Amino acid sequence: MKKLNKLTKNSFLSYGVVIAFYIVMQILIGGGMVSNSLKGQLIPICAYVIMAVSLNLTVGILGDLSLGHAGFMSVGAFAGVIVSTTMRFNGIESDIVRMIVAVIVGALVAAVFGILIGIPVLRLKGDYLAIVTLAFGEIIKDILNCLYIGIDEGGLHFKGSAEKLVLGEGGKVIVNGPMGATGVNKISTFTAGIVLVLITLFVVYNLTNSRTGRAIMSIRDNRIAAESVGINITKYKLMAFVTSAALAGCAGVLFGLNYSTVVASKFNFNTSILVLVFVVLGGMGNMFGSVIAAAMLTVLPEMLREVGDYRMLAYALVLILVMIITNNDTLKTYGDLIKEKFRFGKSERKGAEAK
Amino acid sequence: MSFLSYLINGISLGSVYAIIALGYTMVYGIAKMLNFAHGDVIMVGAYISYCVTESLGLPPIVSVLAAMVVCTVLGMTIERFAYKPLRSATSLAVLITAIGVSYLLQNLALLIWGSTPRSFKSIVSNMNSVKLFDGRLTISAEAIVTIIACIVIMVALTLFTSKTKMGKAMRAVSEDKGAAQLMGINVNVTISVTFAIGSALAAIAGVLLCSAYPNLLPTTGSMPGIKAFTAAVLGGIGSIPGAMLGGIVLGIIEIFAKAYISTQLANAIVFAVLIIVLLVKPAGLLGKQIKEKV
Repeated sequence: MKKLNKLTKNSFLSYGVVIAFYIVMQILIGGGMVSNSLKGQLIPICAYVIMAVSLNLTVGILGDLSLGHAGFMSVGAFAGVIVSTTMRFNGIESDIVRMIVAVIVGALVAAVFGILIGIPVLRLKGDYLAIVTLAFGEIIKDILNCLYIGIDEGGLHFKGSAEKLVLGEGGKVIVNGPMGATGVNKISTFTAGIVLVLITLFVVYNLTNSRTGRAIMSIRDNRIAAESVGINITKYKLMAFVTSAALAGCAGVLFGLNYSTVVASKFNFNTSILVLVFVVLGGMGNMFGSVIAAAMLTVLPEMLREVGDYRMLAYALVLILVMIITNNDTLKTYGDLIKEKFRFGKSERKGAEAK
Repeated sequence: MSFLSYLINGISLGSVYAIIALGYTMVYGIAKMLNFAHGDVIMVGAYISYCVTESLGLPPIVSVLAAMVVCTVLGMTIERFAYKPLRSATSLAVLITAIGVSYLLQNLALLIWGSTPRSFKSIVSNMNSVKLFDGRLTISAEAIVTIIACIVIMVALTLFTSKTKMGKAMRAVSEDKGAAQLMGINVNVTISVTFAIGSALAAIAGVLLCSAYPNLLPTTGSMPGIKAFTAAVLGGIGSIPGAMLGGIVLGIIEIFAKAYISTQLANAIVFAVLIIVLLVKPAGLLGKQIKEKV
């Protein structure tokens, strides 16, 4: 165990916790000990965990603040819904096949959007980059809000208004403008969610712990120094950004196929911010932290239901207090002192063992 | 003629954005933080003004003053308790705290005033709109008051930052916090005053915004807040004339997009313009491009 580096330890911890969570949940569900509200939260938890881990790749590893991550999620969600409905329309009923194809297509479509957005966005820096990602997120939401998509014998139809969408016999409207996609066949399962979480963690950990990952982190730490040792900034930045977008697309598919109605305005600025909160609270660059923070904070509002109207107020207060406690200099010094003592005791013990 | 009336509406909406953007840009210039709670201070200002006129029956001007006082105190309190402990933390930590404050204000407003929309009575309801060209062009009293307020604020702020001691201190702190402190400037007081001014402006903006668009909800402030932030970035964040220009340009684009292209896509068009401008001028219209030294 001693030889494992920090990252490997962190990755084993994450896989372990996710698998343990799955097993515990399955046992509890089997024993009928899980409330319905918690059961309904399981798939959103998985989706938000994927979102948090993928955003952490952009914010924590690449070091660029993105405020429009929900945009990729919505692209994935709508792509997933369209694919799943189209396949069902064409007679493919198997849930697993449809889910797999939907996830792949959703990830690809989100990746294409990631490339389109990443090329202009990644030339900017700092807060300017943040505001442009916010702008793209809002644009995606607004465009999806005016999109009407239907399917009939002639294939898929994409139209800009409800009147123009004329479908043949037996046709089905998939996306209905601001009303969103209605009558979605719910095929997301908790197992699929957990598998996707594990795949996401696998992709992100392997990316970070590779030559590419080290190049990306060197850009974060010092862009000029990285450029001067011959690292292609645009290439690596785009690589991280597109991977992050594709994973967010997967999360979108999982999330979209979990509800019977998907509305574009669900994936607004507030959702992007919510995911950013998970990342910052979990620790930037720390994937295990993102997993825990996303799961905890998705369940927290449900658990705070007892305090009724004060629920979101309590959530806001918790958020502010946690940020102040973990980031205040004076408090941090005390924390470090305690940590130092702890570490000192540990190393002494180790020394004694060696003797 | 309809073109002119759209233009005036655009300038009027843009003036509101400009006043909000001033608060964003000043706070950003000095504390180097994106104060996402600024939009919600607007909402609080509008609610205070609403309560003072509706419940206490006082004249509109008193309600505006009351809103300004409450928002100033609120802004300084937020700064003291939420942002000051994080002075040396990373900008992202402060950003998340600001988001927390934004949630807090929205939910407090929800608890106090409820989720039913209130219809805000215009502060200039006793004034008549101006009719020009034999009544073919109507300019609402709200638009006139908003534009005048914006010009007055702009002139006053420019004079304040260039002539007064506090204004000079603000510019010094925004340039170099450490050096300013060495010159004997009280950085904490300067930041506090910046928040006070920004919040007072937010109160005025809230009242003006709700006079023109009289639907008051706990979430009223968030979209104008984001738009004003966009305006501040469009003009070059940290620059006061930039915020003004960005706000007005944004307002005009929004109204024209609504009138001539599509109501649903108006916001998307506004954001698309921002992206195009930033690609051509990465530091905004009037922002200074700072060369990186190696």
